[in-house]
Formats: sequence, C-alpha cells, structure tokens
Amino acid sequence: MQEAMIKRAKELLAEGIVNRVIGWKRGEFAYDSTPAIFETPEELERDFVYDDLTASNLSKYLIKESRKAGKILAFLKPCDTYSLNQLTCEHRVIRENIHVIGIPCDPKIDAEKIKAKGISGILGIKNDGVDLTIDTIYGKESMPVSEAIMEKCLSCKGKKHVTYDELIGEDGELCDSGRFDMVAELEAMTAQERYDFWRSQLSKCIRCNACRNVCPACTCEKCVFDNDASGIANKAAADSFEENMFHIIRAFHVAGRCTDCGECSRVCPQNIPLHMLNRKFIKDINELYGTYQAGEKPDSVSPLTSYTLDDCEASIVHERGTE
Amino acid sequence: MLRISIDRLNELFDAAAEKQTLYIPVDREDGGAEYKKYEKGMKLSRSLNTVRSAKDFFFPQTEDLMEFRVDKKNIEVKDIRSEAEDFVIFGVKACDVRSFSILDKVYLSDPVDSFYKNRRNHGVVISMACTHPAETCFCTAFGIDPLSPEGDAVCRMDNDYLYISALTDKGNAFIEQISHLFEDSSETEEEFGSKYRDIFSRLPLAGLSTDAFGGDKLDEYFNSDKWGELSESCIGCGTCTFVCPTCQCYDIKDFDTGNGIKRFRCWDSCMYSDFTKMAHGNPRLTQLERFRQRFMHKLVYFPACNNGEFGCVGCGRCLARCPVSMNIVKVMKDLEVKK
Amino acid sequence: MQVNQKEFEPVIAAFCCNWCSYAGADLSGTNRLSYPSNVKIIRVPCSCRVNPMFILRAFQRGADGVIICGCHPGDCHYTSGNYFTRRRMTLLFSMLDYLGIERDRTRVEWVSAAEGAKFAATMNDFTETVRKLGPNRRLEDLRCRKQ
Repeated sequence: MQEAMIKRAKELLAEGIVNRVIGWKRGEFAYDSTPAIFETPEELERDFVYDDLTASNLSKYLIKESRKAGKILAFLKPCDTYSLNQLTCEHRVIRENIHVIGIPCDPKIDAEKIKAKGISGILGIKNDGVDLTIDTIYGKESMPVSEAIMEKCLSCKGKKHVTYDELIGEDGELCDSGRFDMVAELEAMTAQERYDFWRSQLSKCIRCNACRNVCPACTCEKCVFDNDASGIANKAAADSFEENMFHIIRAFHVAGRCTDCGECSRVCPQNIPLHMLNRKFIKDINELYGTYQAGEKPDSVSPLTSYTLDDCEASIVHERGTE
Repeated sequence: MLRISIDRLNELFDAAAEKQTLYIPVDREDGGAEYKKYEKGMKLSRSLNTVRSAKDFFFPQTEDLMEFRVDKKNIEVKDIRSEAEDFVIFGVKACDVRSFSILDKVYLSDPVDSFYKNRRNHGVVISMACTHPAETCFCTAFGIDPLSPEGDAVCRMDNDYLYISALTDKGNAFIEQISHLFEDSSETEEEFGSKYRDIFSRLPLAGLSTDAFGGDKLDEYFNSDKWGELSESCIGCGTCTFVCPTCQCYDIKDFDTGNGIKRFRCWDSCMYSDFTKMAHGNPRLTQLERFRQRFMHKLVYFPACNNGEFGCVGCGRCLARCPVSMNIVKVMKDLEVKK
Repeated sequence: MQVNQKEFEPVIAAFCCNWCSYAGADLSGTNRLSYPSNVKIIRVPCSCRVNPMFILRAFQRGADGVIICGCHPGDCHYTSGNYFTRRRMTLLFSMLDYLGIERDRTRVEWVSAAEGAKFAATMNDFTETVRKLGPNRRLEDLRCRKQ
C-alpha cells in the first residue's frame, strides 16, 4: 500500500496537479510517525510511511494547508474523510485546494497497549494478521493483534470514504461495531457509580489540551478556555469543578459536529476515555432527534442548529433515567 | 549495601509510612503509573516511570500563593503559607532525581522561591536504579548514570532483593528509622551495576550526543530554517511540557471566589498561544516561535545560564506521549545535521 | 458531612427570558404571590442566550439548582430561540446526568408573561425538590464555598 501511495503521489507532483503532499513521516521508533508535508519525490521516497501504526487523523492540518498557495494532496483514511466533510460543511477548509486520495485502512496498532503488557525496549513490530511479533532489546516477544488494537479502531464506523477525489484500492462498507455499548453500560449504573467513575477518570486530567487541540471539530480561532477576557480561562484545573467544566464544555461544543474519530482518546496522555463523553451526545442525538452522523455529507444541518416543533422536552432526561 | 527480600517490601513501606507520609509509584488500571500516598497493601509499580514526573512533589501543577479580600478602600491580605509536612518519595528514577537539581537551580537561586524551598526541605528522595530501560530512554546523553541515581538514599532492586544505601544525612535518617528490617549484604554498587550496564549500550538512543548543543550555540540554531519543518506538525498542546520533569514555567492568576480572591500559580506551557503574553502583546506569535522556545530553552538557554548543564534529563516521557511524536530527540538530530 | 435538612435553604439560579418568564416573575410579584427569596433571577434576552457555561458557573458559585425559564414553544419573541434551548438543555442535562450529577438539580420550564401563578408555583416546587437533594456537592467549586 505504502508503495502505491508514494508512486501515485509522485505522479501527481510531477503532473503539477498538486504541489505538496500531506502524509505520515517515519519516526524515531518502529511505532511512531509524525504528520508531515512532503514537497519532493526524494522526501516521499525517504520518509513517507503508511502502515498499521500511522493512526493520526490528518484532516485538521488541512484548515491551514488549504489556505496556502497551490493544491495539496491528502491521504485520508475512511474515518478522516468524515472529519474533512464536517470541516467543509463548516467552511473551515477550502475543499477545492485539496486533492483527496481515499486509502483503505486496517485496524491500527496502539503501541501503548503493547507497552501496557510490560513489553519494553521495542525495536520493531511485525503484524502477521493474528499475532504481533515484537523485537525488543530484551529479546523477542509476541502478543495477539486483537489485544493491541487502538481503542478508536475497536469501534470503527466502517471502511467507506465519504469524500474523495480518487481511491487507492476498493471502497469498503459501513459496519456496526457496537460503539454505544459502553455508553449504555454506564447509563445503566447508578448516579453514584457514574459520578465515581467520571471523577476517577477526569481527576487524572493534566489539562494539556491535547484532546482539544487534536480534535478536528475544535477549530475556534480563540478557545474560550484560552481567552482571559472570557472570565473562565484556566490553564490548569485548580479545583475538581474545573476538570468537570472543561470536559463538559469541550464535549458540548462539538456535540452534533463530532464525527467520533476517536483522536481525543488516542492522544490523552492519561488514558481518559474522552470519546465516551462525545459518544454520549451522539447517542442522545440519535435517540431523541433521529440518527445523525456528522460529516457523512458535506452539506448536512447539525441537530443542534435545527429543531422540530414536536421535540421532546428537557424533562425526558428524568423520564428516561435509571434510578 | 543493606538488603531486604522483595517479598517483604510492604513491611518496609508499612514501617516507613508510620513515621511520615510516604509516596510510592503504583500501577493504574489503565496501564499508566502514578505516585500515590502509600496505604496498606499498595503494590509498588514495576513500570519504568510514572506518566507524570515526580516534580509535582516540589512544584505542583497548581498552588495557592495568597488570598485577599477587598472591602471598600481596605485590602485584607492573608498569607496562607504553612510549614510543609515531612514526606518521603520512594522509587524515583535517576532522570527524575536529576530534574530536582535542575529545578533547584531555578527556584533556589536568588530570589529563593519559598513555596518550593519549603517542600524541598521536608522531602526525602529515595531513588531507584533502572534495570529495565525503555527504547525512549536517553538519560546517559546528559551524563546521568541510571544505575547510580542521586537522591538521599539509593535503592537497587533485582528479582530477589532490594538493596539500599544512603547518600545524605536525610537518607541516613530514613534508613535509621527502619534499619531493623534490613540485613547486611556483601553486594557492592559496582557489582550490581555491572549486571545491567550492558543493556544501556543496546538502547536505540544510546549514541545520542549533546556535543552540538550548549550555551554558546544561540547563533547556530536560533534562525535555523529547520524550525519551520519541525514545528509544522505540532498541535500546540501542552503534553510535552506537563509530563516533563524539568519544565518549570508557571503563570500566576487570580480567582474570584465570590467572597474573596485567591491568587494561585499553575504550570504554564510555552506551547500555548498566550505564553508570556504581556500588556504590549505576545512576543511569540506563531507555533514556530513557541516550539523553538521549548527546545532552545532546554538545549541552549538553560546551559548558557547554568554552567553548561542542559535542561533535559532524557526521561523519554515526551517521546512516548506527544500526540504527533515530535520530540526533543528528533529536534536534536535534525538540527545537528544542519550544522 | 451531616446536613440539617431543616436549615438548608437551597440557592436557585433562575435564568428568565426577558419577554415571557421575567414578566411572569414580575406578575407574580405584583400579585403578591410568594416564592423563596433564595431564587436568584438572572434576566436573559432569550432562553437560548443561556450558554451551558452559565449553568456550570452557577453551580460553581454555589447554586444548588438551576432552572431555565422561557416562552412557551411557539411563542418565542425571536420566533425560534426556545426551540434551540430545548434541544441544548436536553442534551446538557442528559450529560450532567451521565456524569452522575443529580438530575433534579436542573430544569427547563416554559412560563408566559401571564403566568405569574405558574412562576411562583414552579419556583416553590423546584426549591422543594432541590431541598430534598441537599446542598450541591458534586458540581461545586470548593474554593467558592462560603466559610
């Protein structure tokens, strides 16, 4: 796949259709990759990488990149195309300046999950589809691939690209991975249990803002939490209240716009399941206002910027609630 | 060295916790490790390092500085400082221990930071030699010996025993309190170290050199055209700075509680858009400048002010945690080539 | 902490739309209907002006319950503001519930300018509901707690 992508990128560069390429650059270790812009065939040949460890969503970079001179080639995985569509819908990217190649995607491997098994000193990772063979400075280790799959890929929406200019490989199908099961499990708990769960999770937050800054839906020029004039700016949670507030507001602000790409949870250094907040909004929207997938179409109307005359009242929260 | 069987570790912790507050690294359910106040039965984490560094003990993420209340023309100021309680941090790795001496250079030099000094005076650091480093480790590049960490007392642990030896009076006093648990051992520090020394030379970053950096390298690197490319992928979050054991910048803010003002300080990050924003505006307008600040601070500015000592200890946390895997090692390698 | 239910007087933040509910509150006053003095009315141009942040801030600063009052659906001075309120608040309250915050601490009520009696009754009822829950402890800022 990587070869086909490099080949096609070189062609498009040579034909002058695009003047640069956004993709992933090989990193220091077997498992890390950095989003990068490539301008020459040599750079592509040397550093371009696409494998089961290149998990980051490139769509957000296109806000800035699509405003630069010339057209940029973007390689997008199926879930990244939802983010791009949403950004197009909100007029945050100039779609005409982006040449999108949809690329197929297999479940990504999470190096953190490998490390959590106590495997350390990783030099190389080989995936034969069933097992991972991990070469370390302490010798060879192996573990089932299924146990190392990235959280966001465990609840994959499908392999279908919702926007592209061309495809490499076949377009896939949507799939149902039961992504609301965990939310439903939490909902079924008592209020005290839910409170305890979220307190234990959110109290780990170090307010690094990685979840916010990586989020393709968080595109405010100036975030309210960075704006001293807003009166609620805070750089660190000085009280548990602020931990709650930041995460409620962060999730609320992307409610109806979040495509569930899972980047927030992927980047959290403290492994807080942040997607479970966003997914709660998605689940509620689906149940109360009809199924809606943000980013599915480039021109859809978000459920929070529309209404119907016979919407349920807010008291439904009391009626539906357990306990 | 003195030794205790590792089956009896919890006896050691129980005894130590009886005398003072004890913090040990413990594993969390989600795979990360963190320092926790010791309670009976807690298990010492075997992971290499905690997600957050140990700097929190001396330089917490937020801390109140003072309180005041304004009533018409009167301002009532309350000094809320109090003497810290004695505490012991157990199992601090060599990189984190070295970070304390870096923070000391900032906070204990004139003007002395009384909040920091207070905690520093009351804290006892029991370090732990590394025997199982990760690929992200590069402390040796900064002249740190992971097998002989600094600290008040040093522990070394193999599959059978925990060895301990004191380095300072504080360390001696700590061991004295619980000396009945230990037995004498003929194992020496060198013997212990020699068993693991070899692993460190096999680390992928073992060859990393800091020779090209230092206090006199401002002109070489400040205007390097590499910064643009390097900072391109940076999303401007504060992960690297907040997991870093040596990042020391803070911001001071006032919080209106409705019945008074609390003035507190909290960690700041040079990656944030309002970092060092002043009345006249912001001296670092783009991510390139903010990104450059972080690495220039560690590799050039800090050594320039501190006799050549670098502001990085090679703990590898930023390598493991950066959402886009952009880190100090990549910066060093890329800049160096340019030279 | 033991809370003496009798002594606990809940603080209620009531966001009232200028055109209906605020006038409704006014009417209940001119009609000499009583409602608890700890209901703090905050006038907003429209119920949809209420940002989720306002609600959280109210809890932070010591509110034990927050109620949003607006025009009846169909009667919004700005045609559709309260329809947006309805969706937003439904989702926000559901999220607070998900985080384990007692769901009885939040409410949306439609009160017209003519419904002075409903306004007073709503405030009395909401205050009593919150009183049963006791002080807000799950979504408060300890720094703001009155000494």
